[in-house]
Amino acid sequence: MQRKITFKQAINEAMAQEMARDESVIAMGEDNVGGRGGEGEMDAWGGVLGVTKGLYGKFGDRIIDTPISESAFIGAAVGAAACGLRPVAELMFVDFLGVCFDQIFNQAAKFRYMFGGKAVTPVVIRTMFGAGFRAAAQHSQCLYSIFTHIPGLKCVVPSTPYDAKGLLIASIRDNDPVIFFEHKLLYGLEGEVPEESFTIPFGEANIVREGNDVTVVAIGRMVHMALQAAEDLAKEGIECEIIDPRTTSPLDEETILESVANTGRLVVVDESHPRCNMATDIAAIAAQKAFGDLKAPVSMVCAPHTPVPFSDALEDLYIPSPAKVKAAVNGVVEYAK
Amino acid sequence: MSNRIGPITMPKWGLSMQEGTVNRWLANEGDTVQAGTAIVEVESDKIAGSLEIPTGGILRRRVATEAQVLPVGALLGVVAEADVSDAEIDSFVVEFQSRFVPGASEQDNVAIGPETVVVDGHTLSYLRRGESGEAVLLIHGFGGDKNNWLFNHEVLAAGHVVYAIDLPGHGASDKRVGDPTLEGITKTVIGFADALQLGDFHLIGHSFGGAIGMLTALRSPTRVRSLTLIDSAGLGSEIDAEYVRAFARTNSRKELKALTGRLFANEELVTRSLVEDLLRFKRLDGVPTALEAIASAFLDGDRQRTVLAPQVAQLGKPIRIIWGAKDRIIPASHSNALGDSAKVHVFPNAGHMVQMEAANEVNRILLD
Repeated sequence: MQRKITFKQAINEAMAQEMARDESVIAMGEDNVGGRGGEGEMDAWGGVLGVTKGLYGKFGDRIIDTPISESAFIGAAVGAAACGLRPVAELMFVDFLGVCFDQIFNQAAKFRYMFGGKAVTPVVIRTMFGAGFRAAAQHSQCLYSIFTHIPGLKCVVPSTPYDAKGLLIASIRDNDPVIFFEHKLLYGLEGEVPEESFTIPFGEANIVREGNDVTVVAIGRMVHMALQAAEDLAKEGIECEIIDPRTTSPLDEETILESVANTGRLVVVDESHPRCNMATDIAAIAAQKAFGDLKAPVSMVCAPHTPVPFSDALEDLYIPSPAKVKAAVNGVVEYAK
Repeated sequence: MSNRIGPITMPKWGLSMQEGTVNRWLANEGDTVQAGTAIVEVESDKIAGSLEIPTGGILRRRVATEAQVLPVGALLGVVAEADVSDAEIDSFVVEFQSRFVPGASEQDNVAIGPETVVVDGHTLSYLRRGESGEAVLLIHGFGGDKNNWLFNHEVLAAGHVVYAIDLPGHGASDKRVGDPTLEGITKTVIGFADALQLGDFHLIGHSFGGAIGMLTALRSPTRVRSLTLIDSAGLGSEIDAEYVRAFARTNSRKELKALTGRLFANEELVTRSLVEDLLRFKRLDGVPTALEAIASAFLDGDRQRTVLAPQVAQLGKPIRIIWGAKDRIIPASHSNALGDSAKVHVFPNAGHMVQMEAANEVNRILLD
């Protein structure tokens, strides 16, 4: 049996191994050195949820504590990347990326293109996303679709500790800007992860579960919702093939389309709002490239088009659940038996 | 327990197997079955295989139903003599079930997971099974690891102390290979045998591991009691060189799945989990470099660089050659390379991984 660690430890280990391997890798973010106003390793908070805890003791000055000024330090990270470092900037909540749009969309994403391919921008922006943390509308959004829209950015959304480690190492070694999305409710998830460094290539979906009846594409934490639904459905004789794209940009269309060609039915589970999100994108790809294979309309399981509610009861209702996935799968199966 | 009644239990194929699915029964209740008959087909999340019974009798009870998932060690069926009454069978089943604790045998075995030893600065991982008897060393092929012996290791360990090594650059061993030539790796294998004080041993090598085995016997003849070469390299120069290079290079699941399929006569044996494990190995830092170094030392253009058959034929050791007739990597015609100096067994419905695809038959030869 291989060693099991949590999603959070997997990210910490990926950063530690890359920082040890390559001196140009630095980390920056809020509260990652002195969380309570103190100094030194004992007080090093390791970011708001302690993901980078322990790195300050190992790497000292290469862990940079930033003010609560996202537009400034994301800009600094992009600039440092353009000048030869490999910064990993931690932006507490994806919701705050709004104040850094120019730095990300118009600078980081464009350098390679504006400078005739002569500039590279090897920056990684790690950021937490997702609902279910009782953190209300401004700390719970699921915004990977917005970044997926921008050419020049790569978007990574891991769902397991193994993927988190391999994809973060790949992100750090990549020469383009990467936005790395961490669902905060996955941090405690345990899984088998090799102690050695390894990479997972971008644009290769993971077939999480094989099945011949319905293709279910799910992203981030939704992979686990889909898995729960699939176990129930299997008892009713419906076998779901669950595909986790792992990176939304680049997107592994081929694996999705091959699966749809086999099953003829597609359900997409995406925690983001249902307009212009990954679910609509994947549904559109299926409509354009797999129309002849489809036996039923593509079904989307998404959050509603409303800010994340603060009420616990409403927030629970807001998030796509295994029951909703199950209903959607039953719907596409019933449509064409 | 009466030795007139024998349980058939869920096997453990490989370290990671916790449970298996009963695919299909190959015998009906009331059938008389000979010792060594495949009686039930079982599938782990990695691979499917059939389970043989060690002693003959009548299949009196099929306890497990088809498609049922059961933990390792669980009761699948009961074999007994004709004069055992149904009541005795019933009470045997009841008693077995009341005593059975899933994972209990796992805890007994907790001390014998993979171990490591350092040889010339390389950390080598190996799995040891068996308490007493002559030593046996299993050497996997290019890109393989100690799990390639999952159907064979336990069976051999009944009467031997069996070591399955991960070669440098492979499995859980160091990914730095050092000298990637056959000579270099053979030196490490001899160092491994010395470090573990194996004395003299029987050597069983698959594919690239067969070439390592032959060179070990040539460089250190006193150590090797017998040589078993399975779909072995080093017996002739033909090989699917494109497979070797592509396997070393690829990082894509799709390509790896197709390549892995070439190793078997029945490509359906290649499960998603098997490919995923290979992919996880291939993606470790240092693995592509190690495999490419070994591949380029091993190949000369599209051919094997080193053919050891003439020297090995002169060794005067007991040599067995086992091959899958449908081997698409190294042609089965190489099984004749040693002429009368070797006993040859070719299995018609197996490919390059004959020790997996015809595991029961191969085990019978290995135990002979």
